[in-house]
Parts: sequence; structure tokens; C-alpha cells
Amino acid sequence: MSFLELTGIQKHFGTTVAVEDFNLKAEAGEFVSFLGPSGCGKTTTLRMIAGFEIPTAGTIILDGGDITHKPPNRRNVGMVFQSYALFPNMSVADNIGFGLKVRKRDAAQTKKRVGELLELVHLGDKGARFPYQLSGGQQQRVALARALAFEPEVLLLDEPLSALDAKIRVSLRTEIRAIQRQLGITTVYVTHDQEEALSLSDRIVVMSEGRIEQIGTPFEVYNFPTTAFVASFVGTLNVLPAVVVDAAGGRLNIGGQEIRISTKVEAATGATIALALRPEMVSLGEGPAGSNVVRGTVADVSFLGSIVRMKVSIADGVLVTLDAFNEPTLVLPKPNESLAISFPAEGPLVLEAQPVLASDLLATEA
Amino acid sequence: MSGGGGVSLGRIGVMISWLKRRPGSEPQKRKRGSLVAWAVLIVGVLYFMVPLVATLLFSLRPTPTTLAYTNVLADPKFSGSLLYSFTVAIITIIVSLSIIVPTAFWVRLKVPHLRTAVEFVTLMPFIIPAVILVFGIIRVYSAKPFVFTRTEFGSDALLVAAYVVLSFPYMYRAVDTGLASIDVRSLTEAAQSLGAGWPRIILQVILPNLRTALLSGAFLTFAIVIGEYTIASFLARNNQFGVYLSLLGQNKAFEPAAVSLISFGLTWVAMLVIAFIGRSGREQVQVGGAH
Repeated sequence: MSFLELTGIQKHFGTTVAVEDFNLKAEAGEFVSFLGPSGCGKTTTLRMIAGFEIPTAGTIILDGGDITHKPPNRRNVGMVFQSYALFPNMSVADNIGFGLKVRKRDAAQTKKRVGELLELVHLGDKGARFPYQLSGGQQQRVALARALAFEPEVLLLDEPLSALDAKIRVSLRTEIRAIQRQLGITTVYVTHDQEEALSLSDRIVVMSEGRIEQIGTPFEVYNFPTTAFVASFVGTLNVLPAVVVDAAGGRLNIGGQEIRISTKVEAATGATIALALRPEMVSLGEGPAGSNVVRGTVADVSFLGSIVRMKVSIADGVLVTLDAFNEPTLVLPKPNESLAISFPAEGPLVLEAQPVLASDLLATEA
Repeated sequence: MSGGGGVSLGRIGVMISWLKRRPGSEPQKRKRGSLVAWAVLIVGVLYFMVPLVATLLFSLRPTPTTLAYTNVLADPKFSGSLLYSFTVAIITIIVSLSIIVPTAFWVRLKVPHLRTAVEFVTLMPFIIPAVILVFGIIRVYSAKPFVFTRTEFGSDALLVAAYVVLSFPYMYRAVDTGLASIDVRSLTEAAQSLGAGWPRIILQVILPNLRTALLSGAFLTFAIVIGEYTIASFLARNNQFGVYLSLLGQNKAFEPAAVSLISFGLTWVAMLVIAFIGRSGREQVQVGGAH
């Protein structure tokens, strides 16, 4: 049995279905992220683990015990909120020690533990301060220390970095991961930021409209998305309409040009399928022997710092986005210039074998 | 013509813009604005101060000039009624807070859609006059099975109950405004996730962050109770300060003016206490700030 198990979880608010048939098994010490757009049910699921919402159906098992209907104050689950939710009337030390005070730990023990946690979150000298005297990043570190102080069985983080600026976000997420690894605490992290989920997690649960789209490691979710939603939501992606020329041989036609893919195509000859292609898989020029070569005209060139993103029109309304590393030797093509682009046979991924409308398929960016 | 007209209009435009740019025109405007502000301030001060000064002068008319004050302070009924009203006010505040705080908290947390309805209910004392309220109370609580008016304690309890109702509009608004200034849901859920039950959440997390709001509500309730006459009079609570003041006015000339000024002074002291406690509060909240 896994440490945290959510089985057949459903949550309805009146006629609205917030979460539908959610199943997850998380092992002890694992870092699992719920990733999805707003309204996909990720926070509702987290709140059900915390006990703030009761599932309409299904069970939540924590360390072998059923906690589905247990009140939140009896679950031994630590939670970090997006808005920090520090108690404004208490000092940093009192905030961190609150959970221990509730559990009636003696004063000396509480003081020692609070000191340890202040050191852990690098706020050793800020114990006497009040929340309003700290920056947003510091406040969130206090919230993390407070959630960890009473040694919860599971740590829940609800978009904890959303209110912080980009630089603090990156440094704090590294800290969160380091602390989680150090303590070995089972953690569930909710975010809509794919970069956060990819960099932090052991596994990612990608959600959409209350359902799980895919569960996998960051590598799996990024490189082998199983649905069009995952493919488009995680990372930047070209979704191209392709007509099956020879299913068995993996021969397809995109924008009137034939290509070959290494994955199996389960569609009849003549059917239109959706093909996913990451921009980093596509190169300027004809590439090494055996590559798929497609010709088109440059529609747009954007300089993004470390990379240069280009859009190449390979047919009417069919754009392929490709990324090139920004090197001093890179010769940037000009708009409307005709050129060849290439990608390996392993690059494209078949998203849907069912026929799809070509007009629905455009290059998308997450 | 049109051309000439255009030129002259153009000249006027140039002159206006020159006048606008003229050095000293902005400071002059500002000066005019500040004169208006001073005039409004002086009128306001006079509006409030003239009756007070008149009352003060009137209260100092018998000789020696402090006679009205010494008479009032020497009157055991004055201190007795003040003590009685203070006690009633404190009990009213405690009862009102213990009803309003959990109600407003629960409404904000669990049933926010009922907020308008609850707000309307708390406004009832503005709609129903005090005299109707007290007649209703007497009618209901003078007959079986709830005979309260036959004993002093019963009548005192009814007085407090009526004052609690009178305090609702002020207390609910003050507490609700206080709750609006903090993230009630997140704070409650954070406390719950840390293992706290409802009593601890209300007493240690919510109430301390409502200090200024609670003090404002308490002060307004205090002011209402101290000066209230109608309900106390009909419930025969002659010890109530408002009733004492009224009875005093029927028999004496200068003492009511002295008592009015003393109660005015007490009100100011209470306000200063609130302002002082509120300013020394540390309940600044920063939610979701980006640093």
C-alpha cells in the first residue's frame, strides 16, 4: 500500500463537477505536483487532502488510515498557502510554534524546534519580527517553517510562489526542493507553472477540467505526452495536421510534404491526425542524413535571449516553430526567406489517431 | 471675417495659455483653495464648539462658579447612575460581542451569500423605534411563561437584552469591516491545518486581529448605552445615566449642563483610549505581496 492514496475521488459543487474520478498513489517521501490551468480541479483536490473539502465520492488513505472524513485539525497535514496566511498578531517565532503549542509541547521543546526551523529556512535572526516586517519571500519561508514545525505526515503547497517575483520564485523553489529532500517528507504541490512542476517534482499529475490527463515523471510528461492537452500545456509545442500516407511505414504528409516518423500510426491511410513536434527538435537546414526535410518561408523571428525562436510557414496556415541556441555564429534568416528545416524521425509524436479537423490544429504555446 | 475671427480667437487662446503659464497663477489658485479650506474648518469648529462653550458658560453661572460641578459630583445618584450604566454597558458589550463575532465570522467563512440578509437583520433597530421595541419587550416578558419585569434582576436583564439589540447595527458593521481587512478564510484554514479547533481559532487567531474593530464597536455600544433614555425609562431603570440626566433637568438648572460636559469629557477619554490602543496595534497585514 502506498503512503498517500486517493481512490475514485469526485467533488461536485451543486451541478458543477470540480474533480472527476481522481486516482493517485504517492509513495513516502515523494514530491508530486498537480499541474493544470485555473479551474482544472487541482486546488480542490489538494483541499480534499487537507480536509477543507469533503469528497462527494472516493477515499483518501494516509499511511494506512482513512482520513476522508477526518476534520482538518486532526489530519496531521501541513499546508502552505499562496497568500502565506501568517497570523499577523504573532511574531515569526510564535507563528512557527503555533502548531506545537496546539499539540501542547513543552516550552523548551517548542523553542528548540522553532530555532531549528528558523535556521532551516535561513531566518535565524528574524524570530522576533512580525510578518508585516518581512518581505514576501521571507513570509513564505516562515509559512513553510510553520507547516513543517509539527512534523506533519504530508506537506501540501498551494501555489506558494505565485505571489512572488520571478527571481525570488526561482530561488525559493530550489530551497523548497532542498528542504523536502532533506526532511524526506511526502509533498503535494499545486501549480499552474509548468517550469515549476518540471523542475521540482518526482512525478507530475497533469489535470484538465477535473480529470487527470497524465501522471508521469517530468521527463515522461514533457517528452511523451499522452494527450493533446498535455502536449500543448507542458512546454511549447507544434501541433501539426498530418495526413496518413502509409500507416505501417510511418509515412505522413504535412503541408504537402512527405515525412517519416518512427512511432506507430494507428490510423487508416488518408486519415488526418495530429502530430506534436517540440521546437527544439527542429533545426535550420537539411540536417544529417535520414532527417525529415521540409521547406517553407520564414514568417517570424523572435530573439528570446539564450534562444532564437523562428516560425516557418510550410503551407497555407501551417506554421512550424523552431528554437535555435543563440550562438555568435548563428546567421538569422530574414522574414519571407525560403529555407529548409529538418527534424529526426523520432521527433514527431502522434497525439490522436482519430481524424481531426485541420483547422483546429495550429502551432500552440503553453 | 472668418479669417479675422480665427485670428482673434487664436489670440485669445494664446492669451489664455499665457495667463495659465503666468508665474504665480498656480500658487494663487492654491492659496485660494487653502483659504476656502480654512473657512470650512472655522465654520465646522464654530458649529461644534459654540454649543459646548455656551453649555460650559451656563454651567459656570452660579457662584462659586464650580458649584454645579461640586453639586453633581457630591450627588450619590450621579456616581450611582454612572456606575450602573457603565456596568450595563460592559455587560451589553460582552453579550453583543459574543453573539456578533461568531455570527459575522461564520457568515464570512461559510455562508457569505447570507451576508446581506444578516446585515438587514442587524439594521432592524434603525427601522423599529426604541419605544416599539420596549413595548414589545414589556408585553412579552410581563406575562407567563416569561415573567421578567417583576424582579429587579429580570428588568436589568431585559434592559441589557434590549441594548444588545440596539448595538447590533454598530457592532456588526465594525466587526464585519474588521473581518474584511483580514484574510479570514486563509487564516482559519492555516490554523486548522496546524491542529487548532474553533475556540482557539476565534480566540487566538481571529479576535486579536480585530482589536481596533472590536474597540470601535464596543465604544459605539458604550456611547449608546450611556445616553439611552427611552428603554430604560419604560423599564423603570431610573439608575440609568440617561434617565438620571433627564430627571436632573426637571429639577435643576445648571447641573444638567455640568453633567452633559462631564459625560462629553468621558466620551473623549474613551475615544482617545481607542485611538491609542488602535495605533499601538500591530495588526498590519500583508497578503500576497511580491518582494
